[in-house]
Amino acid sequence: MKFLEEYRDSTLVQAAIDEISRTVSQHWVLMEICGGQTHSIMKYGLDQLLPENIELVHGPGCPVCVTSLEMIDKALAIASQPGVIFTSYGDMLRVPGSYGDLFSVRASGGDIRVVYSSLDAIKIAQENPDKQVVFFGIGFETTAPANAMSVLHAQKLGLENYSMLVSHVRVPPAMHAILGSPSNRVQGFLAAGHVCTVMGYWEYLPIAQKYQVPIVVTGFEPVDILQGILVAIQELEQKTYNVQNAYSRVVNQAGNQAAQNTIHQVFVECDQKWRGIGLIPNSGWRLKPELKDFDAERRFNVGEITPQESTLCISGIILQGLTKPVDCPAFGRQCTPEHPLGATMVSSEGACAAYYRYGRSR
Amino acid sequence: MTDSTVTIDGVCCPIPLLHNERIVMGHGSGGRMSFDLIRTIFLTSFDNQILGVGDDAGAVDVHSIAGVSGKRLAISTDSHVVTPLFFPGGDIGRLAVCGTVNDVAMLGATPVYLTTGFILEEGLEVAVLQKVVQSMCLAASEADVKIIAGDTKVVQNGKADGLYINTTGIGIIPDDIYISGANAQPGDVIILSGSIGDHGIAVLAARGELNFDTQVVSDIAPLNSLVAAMLGKTRKIHVLRDPTRGGLATSLNEIAQQSQVELTLFEGSIPVKPAVDAACEMLGFDPLYVANEGKLIAIVAREEADNVLSAMKNHPLGSDAAIIGTVGDKSAPRVVLKTKYGTTRLVDMLSGEMTPRIC
Repeated sequence: MKFLEEYRDSTLVQAAIDEISRTVSQHWVLMEICGGQTHSIMKYGLDQLLPENIELVHGPGCPVCVTSLEMIDKALAIASQPGVIFTSYGDMLRVPGSYGDLFSVRASGGDIRVVYSSLDAIKIAQENPDKQVVFFGIGFETTAPANAMSVLHAQKLGLENYSMLVSHVRVPPAMHAILGSPSNRVQGFLAAGHVCTVMGYWEYLPIAQKYQVPIVVTGFEPVDILQGILVAIQELEQKTYNVQNAYSRVVNQAGNQAAQNTIHQVFVECDQKWRGIGLIPNSGWRLKPELKDFDAERRFNVGEITPQESTLCISGIILQGLTKPVDCPAFGRQCTPEHPLGATMVSSEGACAAYYRYGRSR
Repeated sequence: MTDSTVTIDGVCCPIPLLHNERIVMGHGSGGRMSFDLIRTIFLTSFDNQILGVGDDAGAVDVHSIAGVSGKRLAISTDSHVVTPLFFPGGDIGRLAVCGTVNDVAMLGATPVYLTTGFILEEGLEVAVLQKVVQSMCLAASEADVKIIAGDTKVVQNGKADGLYINTTGIGIIPDDIYISGANAQPGDVIILSGSIGDHGIAVLAARGELNFDTQVVSDIAPLNSLVAAMLGKTRKIHVLRDPTRGGLATSLNEIAQQSQVELTLFEGSIPVKPAVDAACEMLGFDPLYVANEGKLIAIVAREEADNVLSAMKNHPLGSDAAIIGTVGDKSAPRVVLKTKYGTTRLVDMLSGEMTPRIC
């Protein structure tokens, strides 16, 4: 397929591997932020091609994985209510809450619908004026513009039966949290290409400076990922700590201004809980006060939620790059995609799911 | 006493409506309405001597099944539910016939008879039923099978998705054929009859929930004539399987488990149409897990692989057939894929429902 096959070309992949091997002189730990990149690495077996002294650790960039347990429990509570059509991206349906998942709510009679875009949820709200339609607004900077757009649409259409359960997260504060941790091992980042498509990479300049780490904007195809790794290794070997763009066919420094404007019209920054990691200051977005009518948490009084996380799941330290999924005692035993203990085993972007699916055994 | 006169204008007794446009509960009553429905829709369409007798069961003379002999029967049953009922390349009727014919054919059997059971939802347009039944007739004639028994039930509006169809198929297995998922042998070659994912993507697009358009049409087809062409070349076909729900990856995992062997696939050798590939890229699906309804996997002895492949390529349903992998040793029952970079990865079974990517 045009614009994909070129970036999967085996000659180019081999050339990049050769160049990386020539460049690297010592052990380096790189983190790919995005779960989509983790899955590409596992799917194509890129980790098997890299020199042994390049260690890839997998970051928190899986929107499903980091959505807090409390938020999942709130989603379950709202979706269980009569007269509600609960709409969500498909992957969220399998994420275990404290007591069950959205699939089990659907099996018990809840009207839960998978949508591909938040704008589809708006359409459902228009078609069902007698129902309350709730959209589960999760994700990073990638999903935020469209989710924000749905609120603006609802406002314009005067839709009184549409609301959003908002649980948005932002990448830069998570990078601060990882690099600021005393147990941090990450020496360089592959930044998530899709996030940077929206936000640009201007936000990363102070992070690279403060923590002295190179940050390389990286795409998702094998050649893209290896190019990102090569640039990061070149920076590390030369002891330079710049923000570089290895995904320039899609990303520029300023990002998509229209998308950023839409986000800022609807959301304001807030502290956010990350599943397995905890509270990260200023790492989320919530609806602006003047749009509070669209806030599902206000519209549905779901009460105090006390989430109950599985004691066996170590996704928190996996998402910080401190350990690998296969080092978890529950991996592949108590915890499988059919019976996930944590969200990282669920999502198409989850690190544990990638290891399980593509067969990286202990 | 007052004098009163009663004037009778005409016949007072209201004539019941005929209900010949939509299915009503009465069509499942077992009475005259059921009888009329069976006579006008099913009997005229599925017309054959066995069904025409009208008894409670179809009577079959096991010694006089035209041109087919064998001591073993292959029997398979499948219930068919699909939304929407009609989609590019097929409909629930064609699916109900081909799905069961193919299951029977995957034992190397010659399918001869089908039975069918309909669950109709109150309110279903009779014209829709008629169209589905016509499609079943066409598919049955393509597959050269007779529908020799049937049943109809009606459920209340809202209790079913238009209509559901169950079919049971009966086929005769020739005495010298032993095909089973448990028969893959180390050294065998894995052949696929054509491109994967067409049916799943066509139905997903037709459903309209994910808001994308595609030119892809379902590949639904009866595969028994292809199987006959292959078996005409050699009896050394060890496994046949049609990779329906769960896709190629799931079927291969089933075979690996049944035969207790490792199967190795070669990336790039598995045919995928560009439009299917594009839809999968966009939705975050892997074509290996997308459903097919007109494709088969054949695992054959290495020395017969070219022979079987050429027979397949000469058949319209196998023109894109390709060798996609080999059977390894009996050490670990699993499916692995060799990438074009020389790396390997596991190809696992489908886990739960496939859901589109988030970003």
